[in-house]
Amino acid sequence: MKSIQYESKIYIQRKIVSACSFAASFFILLSLFGSVFADPIQPAHHISNQNRLVGSYLARVGNCIGCHTARGGDLFAGGREMHTSFGIFITPNITPDKETGIGNWDKSDFWRALHQGESRNGRMLYPVFPYPQYTKITRKDSDAIFDYLMSLKPIVNENAPSRVFFPYNLEPLLYIWRKLYFKKGVFKPDLSKSKEWNRGAYLVEGLGHCNSCHSSRNLLGASQKTKHIGKKMTGMGWYAPSLISRLEAGSRGLEINEIIELLTSGISKNAVASGHMATVIRQSLQFMLPQDIRAIAIYLKYIGRENSDIAPAESFPVLSKKVRSQLSEGGKIYTKYCEGCHQSSGRGIPGIYPPLAGNRSVTMSSPLNTILSVMHGGFPPTTIGNPRPYGMPPFQQIFHDKEIALVVSYIRNAWGNHSSLVTEIDIERSRNSNRD
Amino acid sequence: MKYCCLIIPLFISNLVNASGSLSITVPDTMEERVKACTICHNNKDRIGRDAYYPRIAGKPAGYIFNQLKHFRDGRRYYQPMAILLENMSDEYMLEIAHYFSSLQLPYPPPEEISMQPEEIEHINMLIRLGDLDRSIPACQSCHGKLLMGIKPFIPGLLGLPLAYISAQFGSWRNGGLMRGQDSNCMSEIANLLTDKEVVAIAKWLAMQPVSGEPDQSELLLPKLFHRCSELMYLK
Repeated sequence: MKSIQYESKIYIQRKIVSACSFAASFFILLSLFGSVFADPIQPAHHISNQNRLVGSYLARVGNCIGCHTARGGDLFAGGREMHTSFGIFITPNITPDKETGIGNWDKSDFWRALHQGESRNGRMLYPVFPYPQYTKITRKDSDAIFDYLMSLKPIVNENAPSRVFFPYNLEPLLYIWRKLYFKKGVFKPDLSKSKEWNRGAYLVEGLGHCNSCHSSRNLLGASQKTKHIGKKMTGMGWYAPSLISRLEAGSRGLEINEIIELLTSGISKNAVASGHMATVIRQSLQFMLPQDIRAIAIYLKYIGRENSDIAPAESFPVLSKKVRSQLSEGGKIYTKYCEGCHQSSGRGIPGIYPPLAGNRSVTMSSPLNTILSVMHGGFPPTTIGNPRPYGMPPFQQIFHDKEIALVVSYIRNAWGNHSSLVTEIDIERSRNSNRD
Repeated sequence: MKYCCLIIPLFISNLVNASGSLSITVPDTMEERVKACTICHNNKDRIGRDAYYPRIAGKPAGYIFNQLKHFRDGRRYYQPMAILLENMSDEYMLEIAHYFSSLQLPYPPPEEISMQPEEIEHINMLIRLGDLDRSIPACQSCHGKLLMGIKPFIPGLLGLPLAYISAQFGSWRNGGLMRGQDSNCMSEIANLLTDKEVVAIAKWLAMQPVSGEPDQSELLLPKLFHRCSELMYLK
């Protein structure tokens, strides 16, 4: 029941927010966001109300609950399993409970975790906690988030310890990792750029920690120097596309408003968010202040501005007779099951059923997300901008792997799309997505 | 060249269809929105690979909503449902629950299953009277005289596939991850039944014709309401 109230509160609040003009003062908006979170609990220590409200907004932007809440569990009480190739990490309880949460922490402890990646007792943290990004957060923002967390109702929730695999459980290795890859330091504004650009950079590179998913990691789990390039999200099934490449989710050529629309409502005329991105939009991005989401869009467009990636020649299928007959088989499945929504033109219905023709999610070199979408179906996230989305059926309930491979191969090569073919082995591989 | 052969016809068909698609409007209805659900939960034209999927049309709205929520929040485990509902708000789930609850669809014919007469007699007893010695209430006392459920939280038991009913009994008995949230209710009752009884009840239910709508005025006995109180509100 609590959750209904929570969700409906957000909904009502957002209705009010959207009714406000853009000129609504920052403070009023913050108050609204604040009351979304406000529990009628007296803080353990004196906290300025304004700081707490700012903190509630920042916690929303950083999407703390995304990781620090188990499926169906109490908000911020941790317990979610993060499956990585280095181990299964169980997120900690960050409510102010003294025994099982962070009730004994002070602002400096919290800052140390965010800024230096060290726990209160000095233990080095694993970078599954995105401190390589959080180190860019300012002290002021860190304090505000801490104040907000301390104002929450303490929840007693003892979580199981993480299970880190050998050899990653050896502390010296973590030490070496940090020496090699972790560079601490608060975000430094680039004075040659606009204020908006800098705000966007701060949110994308720091608090929003986009890079935790949207960058490939090397064998030691460090985000590569080339930022925002795509990668398969280990243990989480989906492929997080590059935020730079024009072949993936780079924003070159997109209108700012289109980026904003996708990031806040979960759907735009050309794209729909699925998988973990849909979750991030539902939990975090849809609630962001208009000026912040705009800053993010501007920065994303900037980082993709010069990209001129071209598809590697080998991804084009050789159209042997066999391939042609496969594509035609796939086309039959498409006609029977898919074109009712996505249309025979592959253009979909803008804002309702996404287009497949020219859709980079479909054509990008990794077919993983398309395969998962066909297998699992799904609804776009319910958001203020799209509260009653139209859903896609989970076709693995009625298709065999071979049929999924045929239809995915077809849509990757119809209407002018040119991408590699997909086999039953690809379908089987994509099935081992771990979930919490 | 071969490539062109394929691409050119596609391109042409693309142009033809492009002009057509502009005039397409998508019905602004729940029926259109929940196509993701009805591909499996559909009485007519069932296209599922097996006959597992339960009928949800006409089930009480509170029951459907609670199940949706359990799937989403990990309290009832079925991965395809959990993925579908991952990013859905409570408000929208409630709307979907009301939509399916209000649907009046013809029920599928009962399954043809053979049972021994003495088996049937025993199950009839459990359905109508339960077994006081073992603290097993009559099925009818909660699921209604017609076994079509009691609004708004208790589901009907008829018009469901044998495979589905059997799987639910299995889940109740295993409790824990699967359906452990109401341990003092169906989980306990399912564990009080013998293996043989569980199989027989599932068969018996699947072979009954659907006899009508639930009686609107039917109420649960206070004792049973208390026993299954965890079910009796919107989660």
